[in-house]
This record gives sequence, structure tokens and C-alpha cells, in this order.
Amino acid sequence: MEAHNDNWKIWEVFIRSKNGLSHKHVGSLHAPDAEMAIKNARDVYTRRSEGISIWVVPSESITSSAPDEKDELFAPADDKVYRHPTFYDIPDEVGHI
Amino acid sequence: MNSIKNQEPTSETIRLEARFQNYVDGENKVEPKDWMPGAYRKTLIRQISQHAHSEVVGMLPEANWIGRAPSLRRKVALLAKVQDEAGHGLYLYSAAETLGVDRRELLEELLAGKAKYSSIFNYPTPSWADMGAIGWLVDGAAIANQVMLCRTSYGPYARAMVKICKEESFHQRQGYEIMLYLSKGTPAQKAMAQDALNRWWWPSLMMFGPNDAESPNSAQSMRWKIKRKSNDELRQEFIDKTVPQAEFLGLSIPDPELRWNEARGHYDFGPINWEEFKQVVAGNGPCNRERLEARRKADEEGRWVREAANAYAQKQAQRRAQTSEVA
Repeated sequence: MEAHNDNWKIWEVFIRSKNGLSHKHVGSLHAPDAEMAIKNARDVYTRRSEGISIWVVPSESITSSAPDEKDELFAPADDKVYRHPTFYDIPDEVGHI
Repeated sequence: MNSIKNQEPTSETIRLEARFQNYVDGENKVEPKDWMPGAYRKTLIRQISQHAHSEVVGMLPEANWIGRAPSLRRKVALLAKVQDEAGHGLYLYSAAETLGVDRRELLEELLAGKAKYSSIFNYPTPSWADMGAIGWLVDGAAIANQVMLCRTSYGPYARAMVKICKEESFHQRQGYEIMLYLSKGTPAQKAMAQDALNRWWWPSLMMFGPNDAESPNSAQSMRWKIKRKSNDELRQEFIDKTVPQAEFLGLSIPDPELRWNEARGHYDFGPINWEEFKQVVAGNGPCNRERLEARRKADEEGRWVREAANAYAQKQAQRRAQTSEVA
């Protein structure tokens, strides 16, 4: 096996900065396996206490929606104003509702 | 997209490019899978990889002093700074990879001497005061450029820059602190600080690149909002900010033509030696060869670590497979 780390998978790194918040994508790195990806992520992305939990996911395992189909995919939500509270008329006298 | 690269632009390409420009003009960010002009992608790959290489080569002049730092406080700071630079290189390679290049290819270009990196790192660091001058001036100049790049139009590059800028602030402060201690120290220490300023001032100004009139790619980069300020604007900003800092240190900037211009509201400064800049970029600077040799040596000497990591990963995978068979 070629020794260069270009054979290493790319892993996407997600960090939870504190309990109560979601893990958030911070970038990617190369590693030969998941365990080493976590160790690398610790050094690369949390040198200043940015996290208390790390997720690593092989980039190839992520399926994303196609940017070209963005309009068809998301447009159906655009004309459904009745899904928002401001669509409904409530007299001021009723107070906050 | 590659199939259209060598052909006349089709009406479809022209339409897409116009739409792209319109999108960027609206201050919208471009993300990896969005359509982008081939030249935009190419410019970004070149710029981000050069930036990454600069971080990696930038570790070398300072690593020279880790073992000789004058106190433990200075040593831990320098170690942390050099480690950050390795990290910054990794964030940037990661951003470049979102454009469809392979990190190893980029590294091979660096090791082969084909890729460029910031010319500043081809200057030597013979004295401890150079650690102060690099942090203060070189990181100061880099920050001016990087703060601008936090608003660059390519999302992954902008996000890497935000992270880098947060971390660089300590780099500049630790450098200025070194200069402060030396310039308030013995006459010999002050002379050492002045000597470092003399040597780093002009190369730091060159970091912003050629004058706008001599920088043909800049205009396109500005239109695409990859760059948000011109080389000359950034250079002037840096000078205006740095001159008072030198005055506070009681050190003098090695430019007899430097003076405040009330009408412009900026400092005027003397001509930059662009011939020197060209020579260093062309590979004839004081340390170009040494830097590349050090990178090649590090790559070669790190080979066993990569091999060991691979072997370990394989062994772990085999063990997991065996355990699951038994179960």
C-alpha cells in the first residue's frame, strides 16, 4: 500500500461546543480510520476548547441535495404563507397569542 | 463541465457566467457544489493552495527558534503558534479540496518547487528578535489580508479565514510583546529589535503583492469578490496601523521617505524594491532552497508515521472483522 496519506479517506468533522447545542460542521481532514480521525480532529479543530464532543463521518457517506434542483426542491414551501403565524389576523385586543 | 473547457464559450456558458456574476454581486456566497466559472475555480485552487503552502512553509523560520527560546513562557507561545500554522495549513487544504483537488497533488507541487508560497518565508531568522518582528509585522500583514478574506465569496474559504483570524490575533500580540521587551531592555537588546525591524519591514510590505497597476489578476478577483480590497489599499492600511506601533516601541522604520500626509490622511512611503520581490518569488531568495529541502526532508521522515498509521488501521479493521465472525 502506498504510504502517502492521500489514500486516507476524507472525514467531515462535526463539533458540539457544549451540551444543549447541536454538533456543527467545522471542516474536514484525512485519516486512515475513524479512531484516528477523532484524534486528528481533536488537534486540528479543538486547540482552544471549542468542543466537548466530536463526530467524524466519511465524506463519501454524505448524500446531499443537488444545487441545480434547489428551486424545484424548495419552491413548494415558498407559497405556503399559511404555515406562518403572521398569516392569521387576530385583533390587537386579544393580546399576545 | 470539463468538456467545454477548450471550446468557445457557448451561449449557455455565457448565460451561466452572467447569472453567477449577478449572484456574487448580490453578496451571496458560493458553495462547493454550486455552478461556478472554470476560471473562478482555478483561481481559488491556486490562491487557497498557495495560502496553505505559506502556512506550512511559514512554520520553518520560527521552528528554528523553538529550542532556543529565552524562557519557558516564550517557548510554549512559539510552539503553540507554530502548531497553529500547521492547523491553518490543514484548514486551507481542506477548503481547497472542496473544489475537487487532492491535497497530496497540491503537496507534490510544493515539494517539486512548482507551487508558490508567500515570499516572506524565504528570509532567514538569525536572531531571537526575528520572532518578535515576524509575529508583529508578518502576522500583522497576514491578518490585514485575512480579515478581508473573511468576506470572500467562496464559502469554505471564508469560513476557514474566520477561524484563522481568531487564532492569529494571539500570534501578533506575542510578537509585539517580544519587541516591547527587547526595545525596553538593554541597549544591545534594543539594537537587536531595531535590526530585526530593519530586515523585516520591506519584505512585509511586499507581502501584499505588486502595485495594483502591475497586478492584472487582481481586477478579476475583485469582480468575483474573491478579493475585497486591492493590494495597495491593504498595504496602506497596514502601514498606517503599524507606524504608531513602531513609535511606541521607540524604534525607527527604515524608510527615510515615510511621513504623515495630512491631506491624504495616510502615511506616504518610499519606493518598494520590486526587483528583490521578483527575485525571491522566482526562487532566488536567501532561503528558498533551504525551505524546500526542509519540507522534503519532513515529508520523507514522516513516511514511517503514515505507514504505521495505515498498518494500525488495517490491524484494527481485521480484529473487528474476526470478532464479528466469532460472534
